[in-house]
Amino acid sequence: MNTTPTVPAPPAEPAGPPPSAKGTATRPGDKIFLGLSRGSGILLLTLMAAIAAFLTYRAYIAISENEANFLTSFEWNPQGEPVEFGIAILVYGTIVSSIIAMVIAVPIAVGIALFVSHYAPRRLAAPLAYVIDLLAAVPSIVYGLWGALVLVPYLGGMNKWLDQYLGWTYIFDKTGTGPARNLFTVGILLAVMILPVITNVTREVFLQSPKMHEEAALALGATRWEVIRMSVLPFGRSGIISASMLGLGRALGETMAVATVLSPSFLFSGHLLDPGGGTFAQNIAAKFNEADEFGRDALIASGLVLFVMTLLVNGAARLIIARRKEYSGANA
Amino acid sequence: MAKRIDVSGLSAFYGSHRAIDDISMTVEPRSVTAFIGPSGCGKSTFLRTLNRMHEVTPGGRVEGKVMLDDENLYGSSVDPVAVRRTVGMVFQRPNPFPTMSIYDNVAAGLRLNGSYKKRDLDGIVEKSLQGANLWNEVKDRLNKPGSGLSGGQQQRLCIARAIAVEPQVLLMDEPCSALDPISTLAIEDLIGDLKERFTIVIVTHNMQQAARVSDRTAFFNLEAVGKPGKLIEIDETERIFSNPSVQATEDYISGRFG
Ligand SMILES: Nc1ncnc2c1ncn2[C@@H]1O[C@H](COP(=O)(O)OP(=O)(O)OP(=O)(O)O)[C@@H](O)[C@H]1O
Ligand SMILES: [Mg+2]
Repeated sequence: MNTTPTVPAPPAEPAGPPPSAKGTATRPGDKIFLGLSRGSGILLLTLMAAIAAFLTYRAYIAISENEANFLTSFEWNPQGEPVEFGIAILVYGTIVSSIIAMVIAVPIAVGIALFVSHYAPRRLAAPLAYVIDLLAAVPSIVYGLWGALVLVPYLGGMNKWLDQYLGWTYIFDKTGTGPARNLFTVGILLAVMILPVITNVTREVFLQSPKMHEEAALALGATRWEVIRMSVLPFGRSGIISASMLGLGRALGETMAVATVLSPSFLFSGHLLDPGGGTFAQNIAAKFNEADEFGRDALIASGLVLFVMTLLVNGAARLIIARRKEYSGANA
Repeated sequence: MAKRIDVSGLSAFYGSHRAIDDISMTVEPRSVTAFIGPSGCGKSTFLRTLNRMHEVTPGGRVEGKVMLDDENLYGSSVDPVAVRRTVGMVFQRPNPFPTMSIYDNVAAGLRLNGSYKKRDLDGIVEKSLQGANLWNEVKDRLNKPGSGLSGGQQQRLCIARAIAVEPQVLLMDEPCSALDPISTLAIEDLIGDLKERFTIVIVTHNMQQAARVSDRTAFFNLEAVGKPGKLIEIDETERIFSNPSVQATEDYISGRFG
């Protein structure tokens, strides 16, 4: 339906080359730089394609021999007879532990970042930021050891408490008596591990929040918290999302720490405090050495799924950020 | 709603640097007072002491008294947040909240002060936008982001935001310096309307603007770079521009320095 009268087309641009395209001589420096950047771009893409092709090929070999459903089976027996393996337990364990980690880490990280960027006196803020930077550099096996030696015994008591008072929620119902080598502990450990990354990135974003909007809020009679709510948080929103995704990426792929803390099993339990479960990365690390070639192909197939999951998470984050773009302040 | 400002012996510091020294003046209610003077003489600094925004700057410190009618803004029991709710401010660069719609920008200050019914809020938002001569241009796009407006419209949006909370005093720091002549005229007209309800203080580098919009004009100067700025004189605008009592004022206005 077109009810508007047709508007005559604007007169065509006078023919001829656009002003800057021709006529300017390309400088050798520009040429070299163009070649270099284009070359490395192509190299990177080829490398990515090669890796993807390799993974897909090996995964295909494994899955075509599989007699169980790869997506829904609770077995992991690629070297057995019959050949049966599936990733249901791994999907569940990876997602649950990551969700626990995010639920704990994101609010705390945002809080710390706000404190460092907008509340702490400068003398305190700088060393604090430095310590958080250091935490991000601790190797994950160290976190794993700390988790196994400190967190697991400590959380044993907390598990009992949760079981006693929150057992009715089903997820906090503990059916056995084993140590706290469960997905809940893994989630907490992952939260500690991704906290520094999320804190650092959000702090950087908060520090860049434009002074003129903070002053606008102040001049309206906003308290410090209201300034943060009106100008800092909305400005930092997409930064918080990106930071969380960075953290989530690390949580999804974390290997050593999870392998050190969890006592893995392929028995499904919806109770978070029951020992067992597993994650993609942990499963690969635990099984890779003892696997034969076909077993490795099966593990590669699971790795491919993790890869796709990470891609999806990133894509979703980008969508969320893009949708807020009109309000992002980029056009202010 | 308008109140008289009575400043006495006011100095402001950035760390140990004294930016303005021993300023005393009276700003009459329901009038426009213009601040003029060369760059760096402390006009913005002084303006920001009038709503306690100066102390927000790291190292910012103030000595002296600012009386708003009979209350000292720097009294020990005075909450700076409350001061800023009664003394509104418009900045040099238009700064609507980019993440908020036009409507929410105007309502932002009101929402800080308490909760309003949707209908009341609608009324105040419309009244404020009309007060800022912006209503007709934005009434069909109240839910669009404020950052999508032109610079002049954004500045009027900021004025609407400031007057929505019915302040006693409105401070404006070079509100037209980022605008074209037409938007500037629009805002000058607006200032003429607003002075019937508010006490207005405006900083400007534009002599004609000071002459056009203000009732009284204050001239600031500094002896040398690095020295604190001082109030040279304040008088009726006509007097300042025709027959100032200090030679430096005349030199500045006639363009002989600064
Ligand atoms: N944030 C700051 N930190 C330190 N010194 C400052 C700061 N802001 C201003 N000053 C100093 O205070 C003095 C007064 O500055 P102010 O901005 O008030 O001048 P102004 O009269 O508004 O100038 P202009 O007309 O250019 O806006 C100047 O010497 C300036 O260098
Ligand atoms: Mg200034």
